Amino acid sequence: MSVPMSGKPAPGGRPRAGLMLGLLGALLAASCLLSLCLGPRGIGLGTVFDALLRFDGSREHLLVVTLRLPRMLAAVLAGSALAVSGAIMQAVTGNPLASPGLLGINAGAAFAVVAVMTLTGGASGVPFLWAAFAGAGAAAVTVYLLGAVFSSVHAALGLVLSGAAIATFLTSLTSAVLIFDQSTLDAVRLWTAGSVSGRTLAEAVGTAPYIGLGLSLAFLLGRHLTVLSFGADAARALGQSPVFWRGAAILIVILLAGSAVALAGPIGFVGLIVPHIVRMLIGVDYRWILPFCAVGGALLVVAADCLGRSLLANQGFPVGVTIALIGAPFFIWLAHNRLRSTA
Amino acid sequence: MAEDERNLNDRQSGATKLAGVNLRLAYGPHSVVEGLDIALPARRFTALIGPNGSGKSTILRSLAGLMRPAGGTVLLDGRGIATLSTRALARQIGVLLQGPVAPEGLTVGDLVAQGRYPHRGLLSGWSAQDQAACDEALRLTGTGHLADRALDSLSGGQRQRAWIAMTLAQRSEVILLDEPTTYLDLEHQIELMNLIRTLVRDHGKTVVAVLHDINQAARYADHIVLLKAGRRVASGPPAQVISARAIEEVFQVRSMIIEDPVAGTPLCIPLAHESERDRRPSQRET
Repeated sequence: MSVPMSGKPAPGGRPRAGLMLGLLGALLAASCLLSLCLGPRGIGLGTVFDALLRFDGSREHLLVVTLRLPRMLAAVLAGSALAVSGAIMQAVTGNPLASPGLLGINAGAAFAVVAVMTLTGGASGVPFLWAAFAGAGAAAVTVYLLGAVFSSVHAALGLVLSGAAIATFLTSLTSAVLIFDQSTLDAVRLWTAGSVSGRTLAEAVGTAPYIGLGLSLAFLLGRHLTVLSFGADAARALGQSPVFWRGAAILIVILLAGSAVALAGPIGFVGLIVPHIVRMLIGVDYRWILPFCAVGGALLVVAADCLGRSLLANQGFPVGVTIALIGAPFFIWLAHNRLRSTA
Repeated sequence: MAEDERNLNDRQSGATKLAGVNLRLAYGPHSVVEGLDIALPARRFTALIGPNGSGKSTILRSLAGLMRPAGGTVLLDGRGIATLSTRALARQIGVLLQGPVAPEGLTVGDLVAQGRYPHRGLLSGWSAQDQAACDEALRLTGTGHLADRALDSLSGGQRQRAWIAMTLAQRSEVILLDEPTTYLDLEHQIELMNLIRTLVRDHGKTVVAVLHDINQAARYADHIVLLKAGRRVASGPPAQVISARAIEEVFQVRSMIIEDPVAGTPLCIPLAHESERDRRPSQRET
């Protein structure tokens, strides 16, 4: 008798999960194409393909390649990076509320970018990728340490309290800096709300290697996350060095969330809700959760961006706001229905 | 005569598999265990017994390598465990602590598969040996029919057996269990004791468990270590260790020790509680 289990995925489970991942990928591809067609000037699918494959320098081709393609790429990159980093954080902390948004990592990256931008002058976060990493890292370490202090008050809430405090503090600091520096404010007003409009192809392509590296490392981490989520003692009892794997997980989170924020600003909710939706769909095997989050996060941001642009007929409308409109109700539902059992 | 005693000891208890030498265990500046020598015989079932705050769980954690001793060493087959990597240690010592938590929705089969973690390389796949170890662990714990069930949908007893199955899938020679019978009803407690016996007798495992029930320990364990305030009061086969005097010294309870009419092992029947005088020191321990 051989019982299916997911050291190796269940024989029945793998094709089904694989099929679902394929389906989700197709949905993402469709949204990406829609994102390229959508705009004040609707462009047909044929023209979009021509622009991508046989670029002729026409006005429509230029629109697709210089405006819409970078925007779509930025949405894909930021969405997958944020969702995967949220999934990793939830596994490592064992806290269903953990996400780069709620735990202050996005706010840290955003503050560092705005601060450096104010000092040097600049128009988007991408040239300040390393500032974003530094800010994300500093916020992560502070939240973690402060969380350890708070956890003597309440174990499950300690980390979340600490994250909320740091996130609010850093967001206020960012606003303060922007109040005093009008020119930076004008440049990053949309970016601080989380926006993929106005990105250049160079910016998207420049961020891609970092997010690609972060995602690859995250997929390598997948099998180790389940053991990591048992907690430090039980993980060590199974032969896992918690310090090494925790450190690796946090570095990957900083790499992913930092890049995403530099590229698209601090988009909230993606890292929180996508991992929960994915777990409802396919269960708790992190080797599947992470790829699903990568595709699902990208899909959410691209689709939300399309939605915001078409409903409001405003090309500059920040996708961070659209996602907050979708994410906040979902978050309330989540807190009401699912967290009661775990908190 | 001393040699006779040692021979007898070897035959009864086996050579020492795992030992703590002059152990000092502390949480920060607060010392829980001081100068403890403890020897756990190979291929035997050892029970650690003592009142709350006697340091049983702390000692178990240090024997498992989960807690670094502030002084002294833990020896596995005569070798310091500090020289072994976390992974190498996990292949030789499996440990189940109290109140383990798993992610919501994890199935029993998935949980048991995690027991193979220390045997798998960074990139190596799932081997036939991994599958065999998991199948055997499910069979031994009677959890095979639960393999596809989510852990959080099970009763406390079933869940505990699933965690034990994960520890068995590790296929370590030494298995350490911290109060494994806590959530089990009587039937499953006896089942677990029999399982431990099978593991020791038929599979040559060395099992060490923290137990609360003195009579259960006396009946099933080959070797008992009686602890009080981080000190070893007595150790040896149940018949030698369980005496009215030792029980009174450790638990502050007067008792009568009779022979278990079925198993022939010592059976402890508590009498009255000497309340005021002895309560104070035991409160200070905790």
